[in-house]
Amino acid sequence: MRTTLPPLAALCTGTLLLSGCAGAGALPAGTDGTTLVIAIVANPQMQDAVSLQSEFEAENPGVSVKFVSLPENEARAKITTSIATGGGEFDAVMISNYETRQWAGYGWLENLQPYIDATDGYDDADFIPSIREDLSHEGDMYSVPFYGESSFLAYRTDLFEEAGLEMPENPTWDEVAELAAELDDPEAGVAGVCLRGLAGWGEVLAPFNSLLNTFGGRWYDEDWNAQLDSPEFREAAGFYVDLVREHGQAGAANSGFGDCLNRYSQGRAAMFYDSTSMVSTVEDPDSSTVVGLSGYAPAPVAESGYGGWLYTWSLGIPATSEHKDEAWAFLSWMTDKDYIRTVGEEYGWQRVPPGNRLSTFEIPEYQEAAGAYAGPMLQGIENADPENPGTRPVPYTGIGFLAIPEFQDLGTRVSQQLSAAIAGRVTVDEALEQSQRYAQTVGDAYKEEDR
Amino acid sequence: MTAEALVKPDAAAPRATRAPAPPTARPRRRGAVGAAALTTATWAIALVFVSPALWLALTAFKQEGDAATDPPKLFFEPTLDQFRTVLASDFLPYLGNSLTATLLSTLLVLLLGVPAAYALSIRPVRRTQDVLFFFISTKMLPVVAVVVPLYVAAARLSMLDNIWTLVVLYTAMNLPIAVWMLRSFFLEVPRSIIEAASMEGAGLPRVLWSVMLPVMAPGVAATALICMIFSWNEFFLAVNLTASQAATVPVFMVGFITSEGLFWAQLAAAATLASLPIVVIGWTAQRQLVRGLSMGAVK
Repeated sequence: MRTTLPPLAALCTGTLLLSGCAGAGALPAGTDGTTLVIAIVANPQMQDAVSLQSEFEAENPGVSVKFVSLPENEARAKITTSIATGGGEFDAVMISNYETRQWAGYGWLENLQPYIDATDGYDDADFIPSIREDLSHEGDMYSVPFYGESSFLAYRTDLFEEAGLEMPENPTWDEVAELAAELDDPEAGVAGVCLRGLAGWGEVLAPFNSLLNTFGGRWYDEDWNAQLDSPEFREAAGFYVDLVREHGQAGAANSGFGDCLNRYSQGRAAMFYDSTSMVSTVEDPDSSTVVGLSGYAPAPVAESGYGGWLYTWSLGIPATSEHKDEAWAFLSWMTDKDYIRTVGEEYGWQRVPPGNRLSTFEIPEYQEAAGAYAGPMLQGIENADPENPGTRPVPYTGIGFLAIPEFQDLGTRVSQQLSAAIAGRVTVDEALEQSQRYAQTVGDAYKEEDR
Repeated sequence: MTAEALVKPDAAAPRATRAPAPPTARPRRRGAVGAAALTTATWAIALVFVSPALWLALTAFKQEGDAATDPPKLFFEPTLDQFRTVLASDFLPYLGNSLTATLLSTLLVLLLGVPAAYALSIRPVRRTQDVLFFFISTKMLPVVAVVVPLYVAAARLSMLDNIWTLVVLYTAMNLPIAVWMLRSFFLEVPRSIIEAASMEGAGLPRVLWSVMLPVMAPGVAATALICMIFSWNEFFLAVNLTASQAATVPVFMVGFITSEGLFWAQLAAAATLASLPIVVIGWTAQRQLVRGLSMGAVK
């Protein structure tokens, strides 16, 4: 028994020594140079940027880059905490069009327009106008887009052919529902359509909101009265829930973008309405069994002529950063035309971060690699108008989300109700009744502010 | 006088006192069938519990495409690609940080916890029960409720992204549990050997170190391992309070989760590597652990 402690102690000492060495190695190597700490979302396109960082470091001697790469939810929470409290860990952060304008208004982000104007050859007029607009506050850009996305409808051309069906050029949601009913084949394990059902404001609410807008629904009227129990909202929610329950994927209430993407790429869904960024997985032979078998149609519509959304991952500089010039050097490198060319040549043209610059769509190599989807993607992004989502006036901006700080919480609660309705735990009416109460609480706060 | 001499070797006692089975055939056969059924059931339950870990390790050797199939693939061409990817993404600094935070905090917990548990078990005072309750009550507040104050405090003290912040927090996080565990082990030590040692003239440090600790070694080892596992796996504080310098292995691991594209195989490889150190430590201390973990439970 007495021999118990020494081996354990030896083990501890040994590992401590090892950890001491490794710990020392974790410190920045050079003390004269600048180390930029950059928080990014761990998506494939960002990983490509991480692996290309040595090119940036070669062009900018004395500057080294350290990335903090986290999944979307963790990254968003961490970046928000850091920026809001002035934690100051980061010299640049990856945010979206949801945060940019709000944070610019609070003074949390550095105005990038002076840097943009002073950088030769950084053609900011080349950014797609809807995206440029959505990242600007009082006419100045506060973050620069790394890639942009809208939504469209992917469908399996081979399955359509087999069933003798045809996808209309501009499908309506009713047509999509009919097609889904025809193609739904539970025995073969192929769902008619894959639509997100997972709770979370960035999950089920993104496609649902774009559908809601085209159904003529809205979250609030101009006076911040919640409209979640209005007939239009009920119709949209009922349609979405019925479609997923009847002809959607199994277990839809737990299935978000990642799961749908996986199902569609593995041939287990005939249609998939979601982010245009799906193509980097769907058309990648390493991760997909349906490469080259998809057609892409514009986002389905009902009342209005546009049914898509607008989202972008962009880079901003926190006001607390002590290395703003170096941070801008990095931002401009990662969002420049040259970067797109580098990725295309090093990793292949299907892997370039699309949808931030108009010029990308004119590169012949990109046109060739992305022929099937480049058109509908650009069209979806260009036509998005976050200032006027839907068919009726609203007091907020944003398509897939409402660009108000309360939306993270409100959206999460409402999405939980919607997801519960998809799971069949509550009826659509019950879900909306509850959601209406949540939304009105937020609306009341804005009413008082307006008074 | 050594501790071994004082503790009665009672492990052999039950075997000696068990009555020999009656020499009739029927009960013995029934016993054999029962034993076989019990063994089968034990194996089945063990397999059920181990299978997720095995599946994780298996997935780590797959290509992303193989890892995402439905139905899942059991046979495939194994590859080390995922491990290469993980090791190529600067794994060692994270490993160093995790080892530092885990080992230092466990050491601190034992340094603080052993005297505290001694005082609370061997020399109780009037308020001992209250003190014990106070210790455990610190675990009742959900950590999410304190993370923002902690973050702001760390930021003001310029301690963000600093491994010492995690060492301090992990020590505080594990100390209550360690005191409770250690206390139950102290209570197991027969009073007679403490009194005997005192009568021979041993002072408190001597009693603690030379008399009690050897008896309690399995208990201390079990407590240390529990603290190590908790610190090693801790994610929430680590992800919120660290960035590029002090990030630990769990934070490194989630970097492989992406909302676009496949990541199961990569994540499985990272998770397999991340769990190896704890598995090795557990394996090394296996015999002590089994004794230690059953020590407080069976009287």
